[in-house]
Amino acid sequence: MSAPYAKLPAWADYGLIPLINLIVAFAVAGLVVLLVGENPFRAAVILVDGAFGRGQNIAYTLFYATSFIFTGLAVAVAFHGGLFNIGGEGQAYVGGLGVALVCLAFDGILPWWVNFPLAILGAAAIGALWALVPAYLQARRGSHIVITTIMFNFIAASLMVYLLVDVLKPVGSMSPQTRTFLEGGQLPKLNFLLEAVGFSVRSSPFNLSFLLALVCAFLVWLLIWRTRLGYEIRTQGFSPRAARYAGIGEARIIIITMMISGALAGMMALNPVMGDQNRLQLDFVTGAGFVGIAVALMGRSHPAGIVPAAILFGMLYQGGAELAFEMPSISRDMIVIIQGLVILFAGALEHMFRPSIQALFASISPGTTGLGSPKREGV
Amino acid sequence: MDYFNTLVVILDSTIRLSIPLLLACLAGLYSERAGIFDIGLEGKMLAGAFAGAAAAAVSGSAWIGLSAALLVSTFLALVHGFASITHRGNQIVSGVAINFIAAGSTIILGQAWFSQGGRTPSLGADARFTAITLPGAEALRDVPIVGYLYYELVSGHSALVYFAFAMVAFTWWVLFRTRFGLRLRAVGENPAAVDTAGVSVAWLRYRAVICTGILCGFAGTYLALAQNAGFVKDMTAGKGFIALAALIFAKWRPVPAMFACLLFGFLDALSIRMQGTPLPLVGRVPAQFFQALPYVLTVVLLAGFIGRAIPPRAGGVPYVKER
Amino acid sequence: MAEAAIELVGINKSFGAVHANRDIHLEVPRGTIHGIVGENGAGKSTLMSILYGFYQADRGEIRVNGKPAAINTPNDAIALGIGMVHQHFMLVQNFTVLENVILGVEGGALLKSSIARARSELTRLEREYGLEVDPDAVIEELPVGLQQRVEILKALYRGAEILILDEPTGVLTPPEADHLFRILRQLKEEGKTVILITHKLHEIMAITDNVSVMRQGQMVATRKTSETNVEELAELMVGRRVLLRVEKGENRPGDFKLSVKNLTVRDSRGVTMVDDVSLDVRAGEIVGIAGVAGNGQSELIETIAGIRKAVSGTVLLDGKPIDVTGTADPGELRDRGLAHVPEDRHYVGLVLAFEEYENSILGYHDHAQYLKGPFLNIEAIRADARDKIEKYDIRPANERLKTANFSGGNQQKIVLARELEKDPGVLIVGQPTRGVDVGAIEFIHKRLIAMRDAGKAVLLVSVELDEIRSLSDRILVMFDGRIVGERDGDASEGELGLLMAGVERQEAAE
Repeated sequence: MSAPYAKLPAWADYGLIPLINLIVAFAVAGLVVLLVGENPFRAAVILVDGAFGRGQNIAYTLFYATSFIFTGLAVAVAFHGGLFNIGGEGQAYVGGLGVALVCLAFDGILPWWVNFPLAILGAAAIGALWALVPAYLQARRGSHIVITTIMFNFIAASLMVYLLVDVLKPVGSMSPQTRTFLEGGQLPKLNFLLEAVGFSVRSSPFNLSFLLALVCAFLVWLLIWRTRLGYEIRTQGFSPRAARYAGIGEARIIIITMMISGALAGMMALNPVMGDQNRLQLDFVTGAGFVGIAVALMGRSHPAGIVPAAILFGMLYQGGAELAFEMPSISRDMIVIIQGLVILFAGALEHMFRPSIQALFASISPGTTGLGSPKREGV
Repeated sequence: MDYFNTLVVILDSTIRLSIPLLLACLAGLYSERAGIFDIGLEGKMLAGAFAGAAAAAVSGSAWIGLSAALLVSTFLALVHGFASITHRGNQIVSGVAINFIAAGSTIILGQAWFSQGGRTPSLGADARFTAITLPGAEALRDVPIVGYLYYELVSGHSALVYFAFAMVAFTWWVLFRTRFGLRLRAVGENPAAVDTAGVSVAWLRYRAVICTGILCGFAGTYLALAQNAGFVKDMTAGKGFIALAALIFAKWRPVPAMFACLLFGFLDALSIRMQGTPLPLVGRVPAQFFQALPYVLTVVLLAGFIGRAIPPRAGGVPYVKER
Repeated sequence: MAEAAIELVGINKSFGAVHANRDIHLEVPRGTIHGIVGENGAGKSTLMSILYGFYQADRGEIRVNGKPAAINTPNDAIALGIGMVHQHFMLVQNFTVLENVILGVEGGALLKSSIARARSELTRLEREYGLEVDPDAVIEELPVGLQQRVEILKALYRGAEILILDEPTGVLTPPEADHLFRILRQLKEEGKTVILITHKLHEIMAITDNVSVMRQGQMVATRKTSETNVEELAELMVGRRVLLRVEKGENRPGDFKLSVKNLTVRDSRGVTMVDDVSLDVRAGEIVGIAGVAGNGQSELIETIAGIRKAVSGTVLLDGKPIDVTGTADPGELRDRGLAHVPEDRHYVGLVLAFEEYENSILGYHDHAQYLKGPFLNIEAIRADARDKIEKYDIRPANERLKTANFSGGNQQKIVLARELEKDPGVLIVGQPTRGVDVGAIEFIHKRLIAMRDAGKAVLLVSVELDEIRSLSDRILVMFDGRIVGERDGDASEGELGLLMAGVERQEAAE
C-alpha cells in the first residue's frame, strides 16, 4: 500500500498543518510586500484593522465572506464526490441571470420576501444547469471535468456579455447592465445585526444572503455527513470501485453532485446582484468562484472550516481595500496573490511539512505516531 | 478583389493572434507529454509578459526583456514541478495557484514599480521585437497573388513569429527523433518503465516542465514585446486556456497543434473583423459567438463527437514506486 | 558448484512495521536456473527488487561474481549485467518493440543511428534465442506472451548475464509457458544465469537446477532440485502448518439457488474473459472455483454480483433471472438475497478512509433500518456496528476508528460481518483469506462452513488450492475463461493442478 504517512493526532492533522501552511503562504506574501517596498507588518496591521476595526468594516468583510461561503461550499461538495469543479466562476455568473430574471419580472409586483425564494430557485437552477453539461459529459462520455468546467467559464463569460449588451440592456442605455431593480428585487441589509451588538454601521452591502450562506453551510454538512446521498457521494469520492460494488450509480452521483455544486455556486449571485448592486452587470463575480477553491482547500472541505476560511478571505478583500488607501503601491490584487499562495501551500503542497512534523511528533512522544499501535484517531 | 484583400488582412492577423497560442500550446505539450498536467500556462505566460516588458523598459533592450521573461516563467514552471513532481501534489491545484500568483503579482509589482495602473511604460523600437521584412519582399510586392501574399502574409512579422513556427518543426523533431523525446513520451505513458530502465523519472519530468517554462516565456515576450509595446494588466486574457484547448484539440501532437492554434487565431481575427458587420445569409453574428467558439469546439471534441482525445496515460498522476 | 553469480549476505528490508526480508542469505551459481518459491507475501518480489536496485536493503551485502556490489538504482544493476522481467510488464504500451527495447540505453542523443543499431542487434538476439517478435509492432497490439518476450529482449539487449523473472507464467497460457521454458534453457546453455520466482512448484521441478524457499520474509532452505520433491517444498513453503482442514460434516444439498448458463464476459478491450460458463450452486453446498489467477474467475463472480456486464448468457437467482447483460445492479441483488465478499477488500469491499461503522453498511446503506427518511440513522448504524464487532470479534472494538487502521484480518471480518449478518441465501466469496493472519483464517473458514450448514449456497473463488480443497463440496476448475473440469471436494492436489494448468484441454486440442 502506498500510504507512507504515519498517523498524527487529529488536532495536528486538521489544525496544525493547515495553520503552518497558511503561515507560510502569508510569509511569502509578506516577501512580495517587501519587494514593493513596504513594511509587511504594518501592512498586516492595516489589513486587520481595515477588516475588523469598525462596524462598517466588519459588515463589508462579512459581505465578501458571504460570496466565498457559497463558492467554497460549491467546490467542497464536488471534492467530496471526487470531482474538481473549477467552473464555480461561470456557474455563479450565469446564476446571476436567474436572480435577475426573477427580479426583473416580479420586482414591481411582489414583495422581496416572495421574490427572495424565487430568486434562490432561479440562481440555483441556472447554476446547476450550467454544471450539468460538464457533469453529463464526465459521467457518460468520460470528458475530463476540469477542462470542461474551465471551458464553460469562458462560454459563460461570452454568453453573459452577449446577453447584457444585446438583450438585457434597457433601450437607450449605454452601459451593459440591466435596469436597477425596484424594491421587490432588493434584499434587506443586515447592518442592524452588527448594530445590535454595539457596532455602528453607516451603510454597507451586508445583506440577508449571509444568513442564507450559513444555512447552506449547515445543509451541506447535513447532506454530506448525515444523509444517504451524502454517504453515496463520499463513497464515490473515496473509491469509485467501492461505490460500484455498493450499487451506487456512478453517473447518477457525478451528475447530482455537480448539480448541487453548481447550484451553490449559482446562489452566490444573490449576494452581489440582489443584495448589493440591485442589477445585473458585467463581471459581478469578480473571481469569487476561484476564491472558492482556496476556501475549500483551506477549510478541508468541511463547512466548519469553510465558513472561517471564507471570513478570512472576506477580511483580505475588505482589509485589502483599506490597505490600498494607506499604501497606494499595494492594490487589492494583493489578495489574488495570497489566494494563489494559499492554494499552493494548503493545496498542492499540503504534505510538504508533514514528514518533518511527523518526525517532530515521533521524537516527542513515540507512542502517537507508531505504525503498529492504531490508537483512537479521527473524531 | 475586395474580398481577397479582406481575406489577406484577416489571415495576416490570424498569424499574429495565433503566435501566443502556438507558443503556449507547444509549451504545454512538453509538460503534458511527460505526464504533468499544466493548467498554469496562462499564469506563466502572463508573468513572462510582465517580466519581459519590465526588463525591456528598464534596460531598453528587447533581448534583456526576453531573458527576464524566460527566467521568471521558468521559475514558475519549477514551482509547479516542485509541487507536482517532488511533493506529488495535485497538478490541477498547483496550476490554479500559479495562475493566481501570476495574476496578482504582475499587477502589484507593475503598480509599485511603474505607477501606471498596472501597465509598464511604452516600449521603443529597440526594446521590442519589431517586424522584419524578408529578403525580396519589397521586390516581389507587385507580383500578383504570389508576390503579394509573400509580402503581406509571409514577410513583415516579428522574429518571434518565425521562431514559433520553427518551434513546431523543432518540437516534432525533439519528440520523435531524439533520445530525450523518446523518454519524454515514455514517462508520460508509463513512468515505471522509465524508472526500471534506469532513467530518473523526476529529472526527466523536471526537464519537461523547464521546456514548458521557456516556451511560455517566449509566448509572454511575444505578447508584450512584439504584439504590444508593453505590459497591460491581465493581457493574456484566457489565451493560456485556449492554448490548452488547442493542445487537446491537437491530441498532444505538434503539427496538429499548429493547425489548431491557427484555427483558434482565425476565429479570433474573424470576431474582431466581424464586429458589427453582417454575414451573408446568417446576418449579424455577435462577436461573443466567435470568442466562445474555441471553447465550444473543445467541449464538443472532449465529448467524443469528433474523434477521441486520449491524454497521455500517466497524465496527472504523481509517480510513486509501488509498494 | 560453479562460482556464484549472485551472493546475498544478510539482506534485511522493512516497510514500516512489515519486515519483508529478514536476514536473507542466497547463493546462485553461474550458469544455472535457480528457483525461488514461496507463498504470496513471502518476500520474494521485495528481495528481487533489492537485487535490481529498485529498493535499497536496510542492511546486508550483495556480491556479483564474487565482488561486493553497490546497487542503488536499476542502472547499477544493469551495469553489473543484471536484467529483470517484472511481473507487471514495464513496457510503454503505445511504443513499438524497438522503442521499448532501446528506452534508457539509446546510446546517443539522436535516435536514428541507435535504432538502426538496435534493429540489427535485436535480429541477432531473436535468432540466437528463438525470441521472434516483429520489432516494429506496437506493444498494445501484441498478445501477453509476446510482450513478455519483449521484456526478455530488453534485458538481453542490455547485456544481461543474470536474468530475474518474477512470476513469469502467471499470465501465460501453457503453450506460451512451455515456450518460455525452452527459451530459459537456451539462455542457460549460453552460460547465462536465471533466477525464477514463482509459487508454482511444478515449474520449479520442471526447469530449475536449484531451488530456495522463502517463508514470511526468511529464506528457509535451499535444495538441489534433483534431490527434493514437491511435497518437501510445499511443506517448507507453508512451514509446519497444520493443514487447515476445517471440521465439516456431510453436506445436504437442497434446491438450486444460483444457476449460471452459457455466461460470456469480455473486458474493456474486448478480450473474452469468461467463455460460455455454466454452473449451479445449490442450497447447503460450497462450490469452489479453482484456477490460476487471471483465468476469468474474478470476472465471473463480478458479473454474477452485478458489477460487470455480460455479453451473453443467463443467471438465475432462486429461479428468477438476473439481467446480467443489462440492468443488473448490486443493490438490487442484495435485496434479493445475494451477498458478495469481493476479492479486493481495500478498494472494493471497504472504503479505507471511512470509519468502521460507515463501512458496516456499505451496499446496505439504503436499507430502511439504517435510514430515517433521506437521513442516515447514525445511532442505529453504530449500534448495529457494535453488535457485529462483538459477534465477529473485530479488534480493536471501536466503530469510530478509521478502517485503514485495522489489520487485514480484521478488515476482512468487517466485510464478512456485513455480508453474512444479512442472512443472504446466496454468498459469493472471492479470496476470503488473502493477506489475512492464521487466526482469522480459521475463523473465516468456520463461518463459511456454518453458512453452508445453515442451508446457504456458497460460491467460493480462491487461488489458494488448499483453501478450495478444505472448504468445497464440489470443485470447478477454471482455465482460460472456461470451466475445464468438475471434481469432488476430496480431489487430489495433483489432479486439480493438471486441470488448472489446462493440460487436459491442451491434449484434447492436439
